[in-house]
Amino acid sequence: MELTTVWFVAIATLWTGYFVLEGFDFGVGMLYRVLGRNEPERRAAISTIGPVWDGNEVWLIMAGAATFAAFPEWYATLFSGFYLPLFAILVGLIVRGVALEYRGKRDEPAWRARMDAMIVVGSVLPALLWGVAFGNIVRGVPLDADHEYVGGFGTLLNPFALLGGLTFVAVFVTHGAIFLALRTTDELRVRANRLATRTGAVAAVLTIAFLAWAQALRGDTVSVIVTIAAIVAFAGGLVANLLRREGWAFVGTTLAIGLAVVSLFVALFPDVMPSTLDPGSTLTAVEAASSAYTMKAMTIITAIFFPLVLVYQGWTYWVFRKRVVVA
Amino acid sequence: MDTLDLARWQFAITTVYHFFFVPVTISLVAITAGLQTAWYRTGKEKYLRLTKFYGKLFLINIAMGVVTGLVQEFQFGMNWSDYSRFVGDVFGAPLALEGLLAFFLESTFIGLWIFGWERLPRLVHLGCIWMVVLGTQLSAYFILAANSWMQNPVGFRYNADRGRAELTDLWAVLTNKVVLVTFPHTIFAAFMVGGGFVAGVALWHLIRRPGTDRDVFRSALKIGASVVLVASVGVAISGDLQGKVMTEVQPMKMAAAEALYETEKPASFSVFTVGTLDGSKEIFSIKLPYLLSFLATGHFDGEVKGINSLQDAYEQLYGPGSYKPNIPLTYWTFRLMIGVGMASAAIALWLLWTTRRGRAPTRWLVWLAAPLPLLPLVANTFGWIFTETGRQPWLVFGLLPTASGVSPSTTSGEVITSLVGFTALYGVLAVVETKLLLRTIRAGLAGTDAPPDTAPDQPDKPLSFAY
Repeated sequence: MELTTVWFVAIATLWTGYFVLEGFDFGVGMLYRVLGRNEPERRAAISTIGPVWDGNEVWLIMAGAATFAAFPEWYATLFSGFYLPLFAILVGLIVRGVALEYRGKRDEPAWRARMDAMIVVGSVLPALLWGVAFGNIVRGVPLDADHEYVGGFGTLLNPFALLGGLTFVAVFVTHGAIFLALRTTDELRVRANRLATRTGAVAAVLTIAFLAWAQALRGDTVSVIVTIAAIVAFAGGLVANLLRREGWAFVGTTLAIGLAVVSLFVALFPDVMPSTLDPGSTLTAVEAASSAYTMKAMTIITAIFFPLVLVYQGWTYWVFRKRVVVA
Repeated sequence: MDTLDLARWQFAITTVYHFFFVPVTISLVAITAGLQTAWYRTGKEKYLRLTKFYGKLFLINIAMGVVTGLVQEFQFGMNWSDYSRFVGDVFGAPLALEGLLAFFLESTFIGLWIFGWERLPRLVHLGCIWMVVLGTQLSAYFILAANSWMQNPVGFRYNADRGRAELTDLWAVLTNKVVLVTFPHTIFAAFMVGGGFVAGVALWHLIRRPGTDRDVFRSALKIGASVVLVASVGVAISGDLQGKVMTEVQPMKMAAAEALYETEKPASFSVFTVGTLDGSKEIFSIKLPYLLSFLATGHFDGEVKGINSLQDAYEQLYGPGSYKPNIPLTYWTFRLMIGVGMASAAIALWLLWTTRRGRAPTRWLVWLAAPLPLLPLVANTFGWIFTETGRQPWLVFGLLPTASGVSPSTTSGEVITSLVGFTALYGVLAVVETKLLLRTIRAGLAGTDAPPDTAPDQPDKPLSFAY
């Protein structure tokens, strides 16, 4: 495989990992306030993501940095073009991160209520806007011959991208609820399980609509197959959830999110930023790529260290594998 | 103001703000790890209590460092897309290495450390915080390597077809002579902040709460003040080496640091100058003869190039235009960095002397509690303002002017939105963080000696130490 393709796959992998992992902690962030009916329950719910959410977020930083290093043109066009949504995502992630760490540092209901509001907003807003952003990447945006974004903020809020945003929120809520059912006990567990059934139905409809539309816009045989696999995995996850097989349900939503993101990247390749103006203005992976030396050096280093990261991040999940009880 | 100025202000504000939390994080995690190691080896309870107390303060601080760091990662692409296009091939690599080798390590092991107190074997738990220490050091190294490349581009070639710099030697970028001196300077400077923080908090407790935990805080005061002193020696030595490298690779920055307009041999070090506003004429000054020559070249009679002759040389090399940074700004930030840093070392020395052999600090010394961490922190800030504004008008020295790096497609309305938004958000968070920090400091060691929450083989309960 060409190194450019290898790095396209690497970027896709990082985003996939990010949405699978941060997906459930976004979901927990959106849900713990309503699912937990009192402070001990809420504390237990949020403790399920306590040790891991920060590590999950590094997948995003890594996706950004790897794009910068391997596809500087892509990084430049994407980040400057999607300026305001990215600004809003940053604001969301900032208030969320601070609130997650500070929530338990003062034992007062008013303080916690403020932190809860920050966590909810900081979980919904980035989830929604990542959906909008990915919808736009796949759909294409107006780029000029220099690959500069020439649309406005309104251009990004098209129906397809907004559907993408809603889909991301609904899927992450379901993914988070299933994670909570898997990681808590007693009433909280039951409530999370029931909620996942309800939100799962909505998420399934949105997912089918969004992914089918994406394939209609820009799909090939492979991406259609991956899309179908994603939908089947999601359906399987929801059935497992109905049967209260929480582990399998989580495997289902994990695979569904992973395959859905992969289907979008497969549909995108070999472009990275399609232009809606002139097809000649479309930015391709090859055009956006770094030099062969940089690609090679990065490949060697990543091949050595990335497995190590997976091992110790996996170990964290193993250490904190037990269910959190309400205390 | 146009997009360029707005983008520069945003970068300055968000980066200076981010760096309020960075030095505290780097040093406080290492000091906390040291305290936990002392507890592990001696079994003395006071070290455990200090570990938990300062560990909590560290966590309050690093939360801010992490989230404000996110902005840095995005900002290059958002506001500096042409810069990103020009340097991504070179600059992206250390950034990606920072994520891969440092951020994963930090974030994963910090979670294990926070939530693992009663769940992991003691030695493994201790290992976790040392992994965080390693992560912060690696992070500092890679980001400084990236910054050093902007000061002194090495290991690349210019590709005229693509109009960009391309990496030819990653090892050269990672062993840039600028990063080799900047890394120790930055790390030692960070330890002056963290040491000052530990000592300042302890001093406040010793004076304002003399009845509680006197022995524990006496230890903390001595540890903190000693860290400041040792680090200040490191800062001075590495800073001296840095001055010589700077004279070699960025002579204009050295000349601007001294507002040295005409080449001098030997050159004297200006301690204090009252001059005209643009700095081109001096009205009154105090000078130490030969010192600048020694700082810049290592010889007392070495020649130090002046701003005017460098300007002429650069015009020959790069074409017409001004190659001078903002001279009053570089002159004063350079001096204040050194002066304020020396003052904080002096305070630490004095504290160690006045509390020697069991002596209690006098009451009015409580006024030094806040300056202990804040002076070195301000010195850090001045240092960064100096080195970044001293590089101007270049974004990448000799290769890319700052004005050429800004995003062409970004509108001033967008940048105003984010500039105002980040500044307002950061302002609010500063108040929230400071209040929480002060509250936690006042609460002192209460609760740090609580018995374990859970027996090891029960399901996980939320921990009081964590959330």
